[in-house]
Amino acid sequence: MTDWFHLSAYEWSALRLSLIVALWAVAASLPIGIALAWLLARRVFPGKFLIDALLHLPLVVPPVVVGYLLLVLFGRNGVIGHWLEATFGIVFAFNWKGAALAAAVMAFPLMVRAIRLSIENVDTGIEAAARTLGAGPLRVFFTVTLPLSLPGVISGLIIAFARCLGEFGATITFVSNIPGETQTLPLALYTYTQMPNGEAGAMKLCVISILIAVLALIASEVVGRYLQSRMRGQERP
Amino acid sequence: MKVEIQHQQGDFRLDVSFHGAKRGITALYGPSGAGKSTIIQIVAGLRRPSSGHISLNGICLFSSKEGINLPPEKRRIGTIFQDSRLLPHLSVLSNLNYGRRLLPVAARFIEFDPVIELLGIRHLLRRRPADLSGGEKKRVAIGRALLMSPAILLMDEPLNSLDSLRKQELLPFIRQVSDVFNIPILFVSHFPDEIRALADDIVVIRDGRVVNFGTAAEVEMT
Repeated sequence: MTDWFHLSAYEWSALRLSLIVALWAVAASLPIGIALAWLLARRVFPGKFLIDALLHLPLVVPPVVVGYLLLVLFGRNGVIGHWLEATFGIVFAFNWKGAALAAAVMAFPLMVRAIRLSIENVDTGIEAAARTLGAGPLRVFFTVTLPLSLPGVISGLIIAFARCLGEFGATITFVSNIPGETQTLPLALYTYTQMPNGEAGAMKLCVISILIAVLALIASEVVGRYLQSRMRGQERP
Repeated sequence: MKVEIQHQQGDFRLDVSFHGAKRGITALYGPSGAGKSTIIQIVAGLRRPSSGHISLNGICLFSSKEGINLPPEKRRIGTIFQDSRLLPHLSVLSNLNYGRRLLPVAARFIEFDPVIELLGIRHLLRRRPADLSGGEKKRVAIGRALLMSPAILLMDEPLNSLDSLRKQELLPFIRQVSDVFNIPILFVSHFPDEIRALADDIVVIRDGRVVNFGTAAEVEMT
């Protein structure tokens, strides 16, 4: 008989780690995501097509490939990984930071896409009006563009968060499956399926995963509607 | 204000030269497509002309020869667009204060209360732009531009989207804004009746060129 309301220490640790990894992944990539989304939405520059394609790569290549590339680049002997450890003492290999990096990379295209679309929807005429009122480009960004694209930023954030929670292939390839360190919910679930008598545990984690995902979607919807109603009636000529 | 600009945009060539008086209302008059809105955008700094020279009260805003091109936020030109372009996420009060707050106190020569009284928008301060009628939005947009204590006001067909009744209501406000606050206005319109009601000087524009220029009494509008 499965006790649905009791989580073992093993399951708790996976759940906690998943949330920490996803939160860090989303928080750390958000500023970069916003900057990149703005660049892609508002600027024309050489190599834009290339950056756009590169950005979408994690969506189209197998996650294992991303994980392997991360291992090659950010492993202790990888070009970037070695430099990061020597310069800042930051290590991504086989710890939760690596799991967060893998999750961030996999979720990044979804985040940027949502933010970019909402920035593209901001009326450039209103930005121009703010310029004539004495606001420089940076101030216009923070007082006009960003607030007006907030619904997209929030939905990008939540979609990315949900994607991070579900990250599997890149994570297990890059940082392996270490309980308490890199074993997030999907990895713990996978481990259960490999164990004799693991079905009950697997089902429990499966339900938890679905619950979190549904909660995230509801939150996104509620916040989105609230913001939309606050900014309702964006002017049209 | 001295404007002398050439601008190529696809097949359309703009080549105009005119003076705006130090006070009163100067109207740019001409059919749609004559290049009036482009002139406004160029003067406001939102579009860079191919070549030319723009100066305001002896300050050079743009000069292709000297490589000067002041960005819009440094020009101190209050601009009122066809669509009012209020910031939809801010209250009317915050909209009015947006430009004013960015200005050093010493540079503010237009005070808040007189503007609010003149435009009759005190009862709107707490509302959001989406809750305003077209005429109210226009008045708030005029107030917002005025409160940044501009050296000049540009108005790009400000009455365009309003029905004739609202137009008649707004016309006297524009006249008073110029008289009471002693700010020159460059007013763009393709309606002769608006021009007759408001303009002190008229610049007639056709196909990207100035075809006539003079005081309202001198220029015949056909």
